[in-house]
Amino acid sequence: MKKVYIYHGFERFWHWTQASLIIFLALTGFEVHGSFSMLGFEAAARYHRVASWMLIALIVFAIFWHFVTGEWRQYLPTSKKLKDQVLYYAFGMFKGSHHPTRKTELSKLNPLQRLVYLGFKLVLVPVTIISGIFYMLHKTIDQNNIVVVEDVPLANIAFWHTLGAFLLIVFLIVHVYMTTTGHTPTSNIRAMMTGYEELEEDDELSGEKQKSTTKKQKEQR
Amino acid sequence: MKKSVYIVIGFTIIALVLVNVLHKEVYYNLKLEQLKQEYAIQPVSSVDHRKFPALQKTFETPQEVTEACISCHTERHKEIMASAHWNWERVAYVEGRGISATGKKNVINNFCIGAQSNEQSCAKCHIGYGMSNDHFDFNNARNVDCMVCHDNSEAYQKGTSLAGYPDRSVNLTEVAQSVGAPTKNNCGSCHFNGGGGNNVKHGDLEQALLSCSREVDVHMASNGMNMSCTECHSAENHKILGKLYSVSSTNTDRATCEQCHSNTPHFDPIINRHNAKVSCQACHIPEYAKVNATKMEWKWSDAGKLKDGEPFETDDEMGNHDYLSIKGSFKWEKNVQPDYIWFNGTADHYVLGDPIKSVPVQVNTLNGSHDDGHSKIIPVKIHRGDQIYDKVHKILIQPKLYSAEKGDSAFWMDFDWNEASEAGMRRVGLPFSGEFGFVETEMYWPVNHMVAPKDQAVGCAECHTRSDEGRLAKLGGFYLPGRDHNKPLEYAGIFLILASLAGVMIHSAIRIFVSIKHKTYKMDIIDYGSKD
Repeated sequence: MKKVYIYHGFERFWHWTQASLIIFLALTGFEVHGSFSMLGFEAAARYHRVASWMLIALIVFAIFWHFVTGEWRQYLPTSKKLKDQVLYYAFGMFKGSHHPTRKTELSKLNPLQRLVYLGFKLVLVPVTIISGIFYMLHKTIDQNNIVVVEDVPLANIAFWHTLGAFLLIVFLIVHVYMTTTGHTPTSNIRAMMTGYEELEEDDELSGEKQKSTTKKQKEQR
Repeated sequence: MKKSVYIVIGFTIIALVLVNVLHKEVYYNLKLEQLKQEYAIQPVSSVDHRKFPALQKTFETPQEVTEACISCHTERHKEIMASAHWNWERVAYVEGRGISATGKKNVINNFCIGAQSNEQSCAKCHIGYGMSNDHFDFNNARNVDCMVCHDNSEAYQKGTSLAGYPDRSVNLTEVAQSVGAPTKNNCGSCHFNGGGGNNVKHGDLEQALLSCSREVDVHMASNGMNMSCTECHSAENHKILGKLYSVSSTNTDRATCEQCHSNTPHFDPIINRHNAKVSCQACHIPEYAKVNATKMEWKWSDAGKLKDGEPFETDDEMGNHDYLSIKGSFKWEKNVQPDYIWFNGTADHYVLGDPIKSVPVQVNTLNGSHDDGHSKIIPVKIHRGDQIYDKVHKILIQPKLYSAEKGDSAFWMDFDWNEASEAGMRRVGLPFSGEFGFVETEMYWPVNHMVAPKDQAVGCAECHTRSDEGRLAKLGGFYLPGRDHNKPLEYAGIFLILASLAGVMIHSAIRIFVSIKHKTYKMDIIDYGSKD
């Protein structure tokens, strides 16, 4: 095991800010939706708008960061070991078997994570944000007293926005739970806070070493 | 070192957020301040009519006063004689009717029904003299009543059942010499008392507005701007801005809040945006009939009951008549929360002779829907009741109600529906089969006055709520955030959340179970039973 600096400063800042914004947006959003009463409709709607612009700004920075650092490659989907990963979560981990994939600085995400996070970034978040922007601009009067975005019924916009919100909550629940499936139940969360995580030694190297040592041992016998 | 930098940044962000959340900026509304200043200074009349030679005489008849007026204001009577106040009708294009003239001459209302055959009494609110029947000469300028609108002495009064003539006690010379711009008293003498009493019809226009507090009406309040009617309902050449949809049909020449306040009067853009679909009145008039009650229900079917052969009346707990033998039974209400409808500024009316298509009969129809780009949500008073109709011809009946003496087929004298219907329908030239019944009717009165102070405006959650008590709970055809949701999506979403929670819990339960079984965790078994 080796202590590795796996999550950079911006990455952690982005992750936790996005997490708190999404939770705050969920709370205020579902209050606007009429699901419960907490801050009052007026305050909830107002804060929801402010937080939404903050989230959009944050995501713009995050996209920039991903492209500049090349980190976007982390999310390239792969079918290799995808089935193994699913089987691991479904059965393997109960039997005490090892993670089928190794987490390294260059490949932080397992095939299942790659797929889910890519969907999160390319489908779920865009659907929610774009429908949210439409929601915000719906029936807006522009400077010439022309009402914009009038042709799309608000019911349709609200449908996609609410759908996105429900799926984000499902994502949140499963995501938080999955963090406990690391080396120890808290090792993943601690890594996202400190940036450092104890990872197993480099996959190929350690594997070859182990093989060669066993060969040598056999030969010796 | 690095840690302390983070702490400083963290504290700064928290401090900024707290300042923004807790600090409430009090905006100074310069635009409103300018408006108030503009209306604070009242114009002073440039003439004093008391000094006019034409008015230095004793007037015997009101027509002489009119002649004196015209002797100087030589063309004004033409403007008046082109107005709806004089003609009791307006020519307009009405969808489904073409170019048609509608007004008090041919439409009915949900109160005293109609003026036809009752002119002697109803003409108390006509700006003319001598409209006692349907032979009134609308081309005779001598009969224009200038004084009812321009009397500034507060001494002028139209007589009861005098066909529009002033009360015999009025000193015409005094009134003629006092004339000036119309005040609340002038407009109110008719518009406050329509339907036979104070606040009967409108609900938001009544005598209390002559002297009220800002809580009742911010514009007309005596401790506020103390504005007169004509400051919003301004006029040029006697063409007065504003119209009432109990008789009017078109979306033209309306008096609007926006003409002074603009359509973006709020500091908050979200609230300004509401104006695309919500009228100012919808939020700023949370309730009407704030001082005196207004009639909400009028059942003509109850009329005609007699006690010992004599008509009688009873009062409700507020002291208003809830039964009159001549008119039927009423329901009055005070501090009424308006109903809300979509309205695009055009209206249709039940015109005498129209067949009854649906029940309740819509005495007037305010057009509009959410999908119509010109429609906004407006507050209305819905007046419900029932009226007499012809069972065979399926039309509403214009009964003859008023007469000075018995035996003239007037319902208010003889209490005979048959004769009253017969006489009334003969006058308007419509058939009467002799078989009558009563049919439910509804009439819509837009509520535009009694604007409340801004801190009493309707709050967001009064409409954006799932509660059935919400102000817009019944207004359909559109998606209102906070009120509406997509039911299938809602169930699917809640199911997904519960399913993911259940999945997570089952998964973790298995993990815990397995790890205990494999003894991954150390277990200290303390055997209390064993002895050392």
